[in-house]
Amino acid sequence: MPTPRKACIAGAFEHPTRKAPDKTVAQLHAEVARGALADAGLTLADVDGYFCAGDAPGLGANSMADYLGLKLRHVDTTDTGGSAYLIHVSHAAQAIAEGRCRVALITLAGRPRSEGSSGTAPRLVTNTTPDVPWEMPYGPVTVNVYALAAARHMHEYGTTAEQLAWIKVAAAAHAQHNPNAMLRETVTVQDVLDSPLIADPLHRLDCCVVSDGGGALVVVHPDIAKSLKRPVVNVLGAGEAIKGTLGGHVDLTWSAARFSGATAFAEAGVRPSDIQYASIYDSFTISVLIALEDLGFCEKGDGGRFVADGNLISGVGQLPFNTDGGGLCNNHPANRGGMTKVIEAVRQLRGEAHPAVQVKNCALALAHGTGGMLGTRHGSATLILERQ
Amino acid sequence: MSTPSQDRPLGKVVVDAATEPYWAAAREGVLKLRRCTACRRPHWYPRPVCPFCQGDTEWVDAQGTGEIYSLSVTRRAGPIAYALAWVQLDEGVTMMSNIVDCDLDELRIGQKVRLTFKPDDGGQPVPMFTPA
Repeated sequence: MPTPRKACIAGAFEHPTRKAPDKTVAQLHAEVARGALADAGLTLADVDGYFCAGDAPGLGANSMADYLGLKLRHVDTTDTGGSAYLIHVSHAAQAIAEGRCRVALITLAGRPRSEGSSGTAPRLVTNTTPDVPWEMPYGPVTVNVYALAAARHMHEYGTTAEQLAWIKVAAAAHAQHNPNAMLRETVTVQDVLDSPLIADPLHRLDCCVVSDGGGALVVVHPDIAKSLKRPVVNVLGAGEAIKGTLGGHVDLTWSAARFSGATAFAEAGVRPSDIQYASIYDSFTISVLIALEDLGFCEKGDGGRFVADGNLISGVGQLPFNTDGGGLCNNHPANRGGMTKVIEAVRQLRGEAHPAVQVKNCALALAHGTGGMLGTRHGSATLILERQ
Repeated sequence: MSTPSQDRPLGKVVVDAATEPYWAAAREGVLKLRRCTACRRPHWYPRPVCPFCQGDTEWVDAQGTGEIYSLSVTRRAGPIAYALAWVQLDEGVTMMSNIVDCDLDELRIGQKVRLTFKPDDGGQPVPMFTPA
C-alpha cells in the first residue's frame, strides 16, 4: 500500500548569522522567510498559511503577517518553547491535508546573544505564570533545571559525566565541517570534564550556545512539491506531548518524547532501527540522552552506553545525529532549537549536508524537540521525514 | 572540596490570592500543602482545583520532613553557589526548594532533610530544607 502523503517540506533556510546586533528580530524573520521560499522556488504570493511562536515579535501572527506582507487563510501560533516548530510542521501537514492551506510558511528568529541572554539567568518569568510563586524563590534558571534531570538519571541508572560528554564530542566532530557554526573546534571527553561545572552535574561544554539568527521552513501540498525543482521530503509521521510536574509526583527519568515519539513512529509505520539520521534537540547533553531513550533508540537507562564511544558521530557510529553541530556547537537561535533540527534533517534527506557528515542514501530521518524545561515542564515534538 | 552554603538574595515572593495563606503560614513556621476534599490526595504546587480529580482543595499542614529527589549545586548563576533541589515530602509530593545551612558538596540524592526558612528581600520566610 502506498504511503499516505499529507504534505512535504519544500523549503528550508538557516540564517547564516550567529550575531546580529544591527538587525531587528522582525527583520531576521523576514530574511529567513525569503530564504526558505527562495529555496523552495516559491514566492511570498504563494503563501496562504503562516506559523510562528513566541519568538515572533508583536501580537501573535498579526504583527508578523502584516510585516511580511502575507495574505493568509490559515494561521497557527502554537507555542511549546523550542519544540514549537516541529509541531508547526505537523500542524501544517494537517492543515494542508484538510485543504485549509497549500503553502505554509514557518519562521523563527531571535537575538538572545546580542541581548545578553544566558542559561544562568531566570527565563519566562511573569507573576501570573501559576508555577512561578512556588519555584522562582529557589533560583531555577535554565541550566540547573536540566541538571536536575541529569542528576536523577545518574542516580537511577549510573549514567556518567563521561557518557554525557560523548554527546558534545559528537556534535563538535560534526561542527568542524560547518563554516557557520559558532564553535568549530573538536573536543574530547576530557575537555568536557575539564570545563567548569555550571550546575552540577552539567559542565560548560554540556550546554548549548547562545546565538542570534533564525530559520524558516515551507511545507506544501504534495502536488506543489512535485511541481518544484527540489527533492521531495515527505512528512511521514508526527507526535506532540506535554509533560509537567505531575501534580507533585515528579519523575525526571523520562520526557514527553515517550509519547510524541510513539505517536510519530506509529503514524509513520517505521521503527527506531529504521532511522538513518536523527536531529535531537541538544539544549544540553542530557536532553539528547533522555530523548534517545524515550524515542526507543535504546532501553530506558541505557542512554549513557548508547551515546558513548562515538555512536552519534556520522561515519563512525550507529546513529548519526546533529550533523550541523546542533545547538551544542552550531546554532541555537532565539534560544529555541527545534527549527534548526528540522532544517538539518531536510539537508540530510536531500543529500545536501556537508560531504564529511552526509549519511549515505539517507532516506528516513527523525527530528525531535524538547521545549521548555526538562526538569519541570516541557513540550516534546517528534517528526519522521522521508525522501521520496 | 567544600562549599559552605551562603544565604543569597531571594527577591520578593509573589503574594496573590493563590499564595497569601501559604506565606502567612510560613510566617508561623508552618509548611502548607493543598489536599483534595474529594479524592483526599495532596498535590504540589498548591492549586484550588485538584489536578487529579478537579475536586475542591483545602490547606493542610505538612510535617516538614522528606528526602532529596534530585539536586543541582548551581555554581555559576550569580556570585553565590546554591543547591536547587526537588524535595519529596513524607506526604508523597515533591516540591522545588533549596538545601541550605550545609556543605553543598556533601549533599546527596536520597538524603533526609527537614524544613527550615530563609527570609526573602522583604523579610517574608520562605520554606527551605536542611539535612536532617
